[in-house]
Amino acid sequence: MTAAHLPIQRPRQAKLLVIDEQEQFRHWPRSRLVDLFRSGDLVIANDAATLPASLAGEHPRSGSLIEVRLAGRDSLDTNDIRHWTAVVFGAGDFRMRTEDRPPPPRVVTGDKFVLGPLHATVERILGHPRLVRLVFEESSREILEGLARHGRPIQYSHVRPSLALWDVWTPIAGPPVAFEAPSAGFALNWHSLSSLKDRGARFATITHASGISSTGDPQLDARLPFDEPYYIPPSTASAIRDTQMRNGRVIAIGTSVVRTLEAAAGVGGSVQAGQGVAIQRIGSGSRLRVVDAMLSGTHEPGTSHHELLRAFLDDEGLAHLDGELNLRDYRTHEFGDSVFVEHVQQPSVRQFEQNRSHLN
Amino acid sequence: MLENPTNHHRNHFRGLRAAITGGTSGLGLALVRELLARGARVAFVARGRDGVERVEHGYPESYGIVGDVSKKTDIHPIAMQVMGMLGGLDVLINNASDLGPVPLAMLADTDCEELERAFATNVLGPFRLTKALLGALGSSAREGFGAVVLNISSDAAINAYPRWGAYGASKAALHHLSRIWNEELASQGIAFLSLDPGDMDTPTHAAAVPDADLASLKRPEIAAVELVDAIGNLLSFMKSERIAEEATP
Repeated sequence: MTAAHLPIQRPRQAKLLVIDEQEQFRHWPRSRLVDLFRSGDLVIANDAATLPASLAGEHPRSGSLIEVRLAGRDSLDTNDIRHWTAVVFGAGDFRMRTEDRPPPPRVVTGDKFVLGPLHATVERILGHPRLVRLVFEESSREILEGLARHGRPIQYSHVRPSLALWDVWTPIAGPPVAFEAPSAGFALNWHSLSSLKDRGARFATITHASGISSTGDPQLDARLPFDEPYYIPPSTASAIRDTQMRNGRVIAIGTSVVRTLEAAAGVGGSVQAGQGVAIQRIGSGSRLRVVDAMLSGTHEPGTSHHELLRAFLDDEGLAHLDGELNLRDYRTHEFGDSVFVEHVQQPSVRQFEQNRSHLN
Repeated sequence: MLENPTNHHRNHFRGLRAAITGGTSGLGLALVRELLARGARVAFVARGRDGVERVEHGYPESYGIVGDVSKKTDIHPIAMQVMGMLGGLDVLINNASDLGPVPLAMLADTDCEELERAFATNVLGPFRLTKALLGALGSSAREGFGAVVLNISSDAAINAYPRWGAYGASKAALHHLSRIWNEELASQGIAFLSLDPGDMDTPTHAAAVPDADLASLKRPEIAAVELVDAIGNLLSFMKSERIAEEATP
């Protein structure tokens, strides 16, 4: 696979690899995405807008230039934006590969950062010299304005032009809580929302604070994804109930939607509305309780997004998928091509659990 | 007993989240006050920091945002602050506008830059901001709050008044934009209004018609009540439609 290096959300030539419940592989143009949706399906996307989470600044104690990437928070509460988990980088910017960036100065509890108009204090070091808990000194309004004016979208060297916020907001973006774009949602536009409705499918959203995908540090990357807060609106919880009762498919647009729905899943795949924090990792041992199919980007082996595919496919299926993506030159990363994968056993497992919960 | 229609509308706004551009003077400020009085949570946008701070000081429950809707690079920072402060959005009022050349001039005497500025503020700004906030409005619609975008129009959008060319042509474009948005997004539960508040005693009107008889002009507070009532009527209609739809087996 090659990296998609231009920030175009819906390139005309975008490809879609479709893996159905019989593990049959089909290669489609992604413009046909809506043809995958059937009457009774519920399509759920992450409506998080992407924060300009990269803050250039300095570490006055050492006199060093640094970049701070906001990477986590405790909840999605709008009044709770003073405290953040953040990753500290040394001098430089996205034009250099994260692996090649110089290390940041040594940071200790109580250190100050000056990040453009914002001032932050290191409250704690979180088990790794570059991972810190920060508290901003300013008010919520000043923090929001400071982020909006000084922050830049987190970016990696494979995308060449400097990203603007409109490059990383999906067409359905709402609350600004994602640290990196929930990029599977780039594939959707408002025409596809109308079309899926015309086909008898429904559309719903969750809000999930999608985290950073890479830090350039193997020890830190092994800790990804960090805990991610989410919100499930009442209309989405109710649409999931309706869909399950009618044996429709719950289709997640992106790994973040899978993570939210599976974190919130109760017995029999029931999902309650409200806020929560997704702490589970989804992978080969995970049994999906809610999600029947997923649209996702193409991911490279070794990443947490790639591991998540193991919940949908066995080792053989995943090897076949990786082989096809390489053979057909699918493009990877956030502006790349897509995979639609259906999970085979889900309805029977869910039916079994529902029956069991009724018996109890 | 007959229900007082005004009180009936008032209930629609308690807790609703509204954003208004051009919110520090004239009609925009009157809309900020009216929506706050009806219990809405209000974010407003204006170019000048002094004006924003003055209104925030007068109405500490409101959220002020410094930004210029005519600038492409200001749109997402504005949308991000609206959403960061309110957490969601139910009502967007695109009120900020640019008169074109002042004093008003014939089109033949209007500089291209003046026409561009009028279109940037009156057409492209509302288009971009609406687009950036559409996801939030769609989410509000799915939750059954009703999502409404009100674009402030003018009789100059319909009538060909000499010397109102830049303003009239841009307001005509905004009016038509609103009608097409409305057709396209009705199925998603997002409604668009384009309304003419009438000739008001505002700084904009004073710039256009310096010698106007002030007694003949509408107070912006009255226009704000009428416009917010119109939004309330629409929310009420959308709610009844939704209930009827849900009742249909």
